[in-house]
Amino acid sequence: MNGLDIWMRENPITYVLLGSYAVAFLIFAVEIAMVRHKRKITLQQVRLMRDAGDEE
Amino acid sequence: MKAREKRFLFIAVGVVAVGLAVALVLNALDKNVSLYFTPTQVFNNEAPHGRSFRIGGLVEEGSVKREADGLTVNFAITDTHKRIPVVYKGILPDLFKEGKGVVAQGSVGPDGVMQADEVLAKHDENYMPPEAADALQKAGVANAAAASAVSEPAAASAVK
Amino acid sequence: MAINWFKYSAPTTFYGLAGKLIPWFGISAAILFAVGLYIGFYVAPTDYQQGEFYRIIFIHVPSSIISMFLYLIMAGYAALGLIFNTRLSSMMATAIAPTGALFAFISLWTGALWGKPMWGAWWVWDARLTSELILLFLYLGYIALHASIDDPRRADRASALLAIVGSVNVPIIYFSVKWWNTLHQGSTIKFSGTSMHVAMQQAMFITLVACWLYAIAVILARVRSIILERERHTKWITELPEVKN
Repeated sequence: MNGLDIWMRENPITYVLLGSYAVAFLIFAVEIAMVRHKRKITLQQVRLMRDAGDEE
Repeated sequence: MKAREKRFLFIAVGVVAVGLAVALVLNALDKNVSLYFTPTQVFNNEAPHGRSFRIGGLVEEGSVKREADGLTVNFAITDTHKRIPVVYKGILPDLFKEGKGVVAQGSVGPDGVMQADEVLAKHDENYMPPEAADALQKAGVANAAAASAVSEPAAASAVK
Repeated sequence: MAINWFKYSAPTTFYGLAGKLIPWFGISAAILFAVGLYIGFYVAPTDYQQGEFYRIIFIHVPSSIISMFLYLIMAGYAALGLIFNTRLSSMMATAIAPTGALFAFISLWTGALWGKPMWGAWWVWDARLTSELILLFLYLGYIALHASIDDPRRADRASALLAIVGSVNVPIIYFSVKWWNTLHQGSTIKFSGTSMHVAMQQAMFITLVACWLYAIAVILARVRSIILERERHTKWITELPEVKN
């Protein structure tokens, strides 16, 4: 039995919180950040397109 | 027929065809898809010979014996019809208990004893506080419920 | 019924409606996560076999359920787009895929962390785990296929076929624990009832709803960007206040 095996049995709640919940919420945070970034970029592109169209 | 109806029909037929194909393949591969064999299947010579495979069932009550070195464990896996003795040298998972589900991987020697190199615990799908489990145990239901968790698929595949 | 549902299936109206709904879904998801995890960690008792480790269930089961349902919904939208040539349904299918993939990943990840202390192994090639892994690959394949074709219409059609064919995998995941011998235990929530303590059930149900609301919020946010991108040549987009400024 190695160190991690022993540690998780001594600190089950910490193991569950850090290993599963913290990872899941980190993934959620990254996804939210990506969706927001995508929105920003898309709006910029659409404005650029419109400005280019106006000049024609 | 309108174009969209044609497309719908095309998709419906496609999904049914793929579903059927997958069902047939999985049915043919039944033994390879299942993670383990039951002791009954091993006795019926359905398990592979000469190579490593897994046996699953319950740890037989009263069968667990530790050897003097403190690492080697002897126990038997049962599906309530047949039993296979197992010898394993290593650390057992926390949930390894007599009367509970277990899956052992190894090969069965000519003496009918499995030399296991991996033992995994299989737990059931019931979740309750210890007090409730104690109450159930007193009522004699807990063991039956625990047994059904493992022997149900085992019984189902034995019928096949 | 006075509501004209077809009105909301047009990107024009859907864009505005989605924008109004996102904050509500997001906020209620956050509140329900807090409530569900409070019940899950403070009210729900320890388990008779698994001690504290079973508490992974409050994220593991919701993400597994959602990864499977989202796939079916994605395939459904893809099929609608293929059959009726509706713009919005194809965009919805594209918007669902990344969230579905992430939930499938969370399901596999939390499952591995649960398996190690309880079963004694991070991973086993049993039917349940393997079919869930295939689900993740189907999502990734869908995303890759859609991204690899430049013409969005053609991309929609090709990836729709993959999504529809792949939906065969979802019932396999669900019934795998019944059809084959697996290390993964059977279903706790069955059509006939639940084999679980009440507080544990409540916590799991609440986090399940929270995960759903979260998924809907991010999917709606993503589909709004996709609408903007793919309808950028239309007049209504250039007249949007956020584009005009």
